[in-house]
Amino acid sequence: MAAKVHVTATINGEPVEFLCEPRQSLLEVLRDELKLTGSKEGCNNGNCGACSVILDGLLVDACIVLGAEIDGCTVETIEGLMGPEGLHPLQQTFLENAALQCGVCTPGFIMAGKALLEKKPQATEGDIRHWCAGNLCRCTGYDKIVRAIIDAEPQLEVKK
Amino acid sequence: MNPTQTMDPAKTEVEQKYKVIGTRPIRHDGVDKVTGRAVYGADVQLPGMLHGKVLRSPHAHARVKSVNTEKAEALYGVKAVMTAADFPDAGSRTANLGELGEVPLKPMCDNVMASDKVVYHGHAVAAVAATSPHIAEEALKLIEVEYEVLPPVMDVLKAMEEDSPLLHDDLYTDELGEKSSKPSNVASHSRHVLGDINQGFAAADHILEREYRCATVHQGYIEPHAATAMWNPDGYLTMWVTTQGAFTVRTSVHQILEIPVSKLKVIPTEIGGGFGGKIPVYGEPVAAVLSRKARRPVKVVMDRTEVFQATGPTSGSYVKLKMGVTNEGRITAAETMLAYEAGGYPGSVVSLGGICMFAPYNVENLTIDMYDVVVNKPKTAAYRAPGAPNSEFAAECMIDEFCEILDMDPMEFRLKNGAKEGDIQCHGIPHPRIGCLETTEAARDCEHYQTPLEGPNRGRGVASGYWVNAGLTSSVTARLNGDGTVTLQEGSTDIGGTRTSIAMQLAEVLGIPVEDVVPSVADTDSVGYTEVTGGSRVTFATGWAAYNAGQSIRSQLIEQAAAIWKVDKDQVSLADGVIATTNGDSKSISIKELAADLSQKGIDIGSRETVTPQNHGGAYATHIVDVEVDPDTGKVTILRYTAVQDAGRAIHPSYVEGQMQGGVVQGIGWALNEEYYYNEDGHLMNSSFLDYRMPTSLDLPMIETIIVEVPNPGHPYGVRGVGEVPIVPPQAAVSNAIARAVGTRLGDLPMSPQRVVKALSAKS
Repeated sequence: MAAKVHVTATINGEPVEFLCEPRQSLLEVLRDELKLTGSKEGCNNGNCGACSVILDGLLVDACIVLGAEIDGCTVETIEGLMGPEGLHPLQQTFLENAALQCGVCTPGFIMAGKALLEKKPQATEGDIRHWCAGNLCRCTGYDKIVRAIIDAEPQLEVKK
Repeated sequence: MNPTQTMDPAKTEVEQKYKVIGTRPIRHDGVDKVTGRAVYGADVQLPGMLHGKVLRSPHAHARVKSVNTEKAEALYGVKAVMTAADFPDAGSRTANLGELGEVPLKPMCDNVMASDKVVYHGHAVAAVAATSPHIAEEALKLIEVEYEVLPPVMDVLKAMEEDSPLLHDDLYTDELGEKSSKPSNVASHSRHVLGDINQGFAAADHILEREYRCATVHQGYIEPHAATAMWNPDGYLTMWVTTQGAFTVRTSVHQILEIPVSKLKVIPTEIGGGFGGKIPVYGEPVAAVLSRKARRPVKVVMDRTEVFQATGPTSGSYVKLKMGVTNEGRITAAETMLAYEAGGYPGSVVSLGGICMFAPYNVENLTIDMYDVVVNKPKTAAYRAPGAPNSEFAAECMIDEFCEILDMDPMEFRLKNGAKEGDIQCHGIPHPRIGCLETTEAARDCEHYQTPLEGPNRGRGVASGYWVNAGLTSSVTARLNGDGTVTLQEGSTDIGGTRTSIAMQLAEVLGIPVEDVVPSVADTDSVGYTEVTGGSRVTFATGWAAYNAGQSIRSQLIEQAAAIWKVDKDQVSLADGVIATTNGDSKSISIKELAADLSQKGIDIGSRETVTPQNHGGAYATHIVDVEVDPDTGKVTILRYTAVQDAGRAIHPSYVEGQMQGGVVQGIGWALNEEYYYNEDGHLMNSSFLDYRMPTSLDLPMIETIIVEVPNPGHPYGVRGVGEVPIVPPQAAVSNAIARAVGTRLGDLPMSPQRVVKALSAKS
């Protein structure tokens, strides 16, 4: 077993340090070392988006980033989305639109939606469908997810 | 974007009648699920927990001659290794799997871990528990298995041939109730006969005979299977499992491991999708045995490749169909042969395929022959309306072909032949009150169908679908709290919002807001026996149990108030959360006030209810799809889709729409892309989400929904199961749309770009 790597990063706004094996993915580190199990493993090879997190402002699949790679980086996960004023607008619109059934893909979709709306606050249905093509949902047929992301747009505008 | 609509002639009446039912409250478990706090199968973490991994067969068909685990056991960090020899001998015992019925135990044990033979690529042969998942994976590589490789049998028709290699030397065909004398890959042949098939064909003006095939497809839930077991030295086993049925896991593990049910508690975690695939056990008994051997908790989580290789899928199938119609468009006869792949062990869902195939129509003369056939693929599991899409695809495609021949509108054909109450089904039982005709009428009249489709290479397809639904046993336990709220423990695991759709039915009885009902999914020690979340039965049956619990609490509150007021209980009523006298003396008390009073007096108000309703009634859907076919690439684009369905009574319309939309999209994936690719050695070549191509958001438009409500007389609120039937029509609807777009009919699924191009070049 290779020696563990010491990593310092900012996760959900807080400084974090941990030791990880060089072979451990960011997803394993988040889930097993830091107990942030909101990011889910659906495929472990970057095909389903259930582990979507925002790494230095960029949407990534945590399962295909190594834990050791995030030294000095900033990571946002689903656990950091709720602020002192309560749920994030996307979390609220997902609930209001019944945009989840089993809910296992939901953290990934919400993180993907957040990354999109930060880049493009007035994303159209087409933009959302294109952007979210990296996130698989098997329950909803995507209809209510797309509506939830659209519904969050004016609320995020107001927040700005 | 097109709006979703609810079509209900009696809506105003319903709105007046119900306060909670028909509204769209936010689900009780919603915040947990949008914040990442909900605990799914793989999220379980226990002190001292080990990680289990499973060694799988690289061969599709082989005898296991020996398994040597010595080197793996010696690896640093490995705490236990197991093989099938660690399971008790199954003998000839059976296990009851609810929706899937009574099944022999030996194949179930062998499917969890092969004893003498592997019968599919990825079949489990051994397992390891270690301090980290990576060490467990390293240990698997040290296990030495000696195989005698046998020729694989990958196709249902080839498996049925006389000289086919045999999967099981001891499998004898159940031939119309008689055991045959020679072993075979055909586990059973059964038949439904109605009327006189020869007379029926004699009366026909047009007869068609065609073959249809469906590829093997997977349920495709995003959360892989996960089970954690803690087997204590006192013999008590606790399991945390992502499952559609905690009690089914308890029964299965109890039978496989011969542990008494009293010593086995199953705690269902949140479940990340199932669609039928999370009814059988896979890693659950493995985690338990590893935990017993290691004397520590063990978690076994599958990766995606394991999910594809060794769980689910649903049957690949061959259907041969002959039908006759008159010039007026009446079906006179239907004769069909259904051959479904069961996977490595007997037990496909061919019988359900047979029952559903012609159920949207009144067909007086029919013969249905059904064959259950083993092949070297994973043992099939239920998948949303199991068995129905394969057979109804064939019937719905052929009906559309007749409509073209007769130049008849597909809705008119369906209304002319549509099934109604009292019509005899293929098994001889008359239909109860069903919403088949009402659903078709709503589809015919909707804006989508009334709007002409224009443009080259575009076509509109229509198909209907039927699913039997299920009743089965469900339980809840309800308790009134001192503040007037009700805690409700539900026996059904919640895959799509049923905590809330069940709670709404109790809230309606008491006239309280659904937010005042606090539902949770209970473990097997904390609620009465409950069958799986499947068969479109949870809102129907568990909802009924909650309704009964509400009625019981209502009676108890009325009795208590009557005692306080010293009046007869017949002179007290409860409405809108208030208990009041009806004798004119104007006494009243809110549930909240009475609950506080009773709580202080130490009087417990509550109820535990178990129901096994019989009159669940079947579900009907009619779908309309517009497609555009690219004649150069064969790519089929879904332009517009409308699903129309009878929900009986939509308790939570958003969730009904969600079930319809999700089912449609799974059906579209089945129609256009999804398929298990096996090479000639029987190796599964596309066991990843990249290569097993499920629909993404980019592949789809919004899915429009129209909910029809023909109340089911077999439920206090008229509920009909809604979850499964929406996966039935899409395959044929898309095929029919392609036929109308480019003039070529595709009878083999999936209708992938290469198949479409091939069909187009064959046509020209």
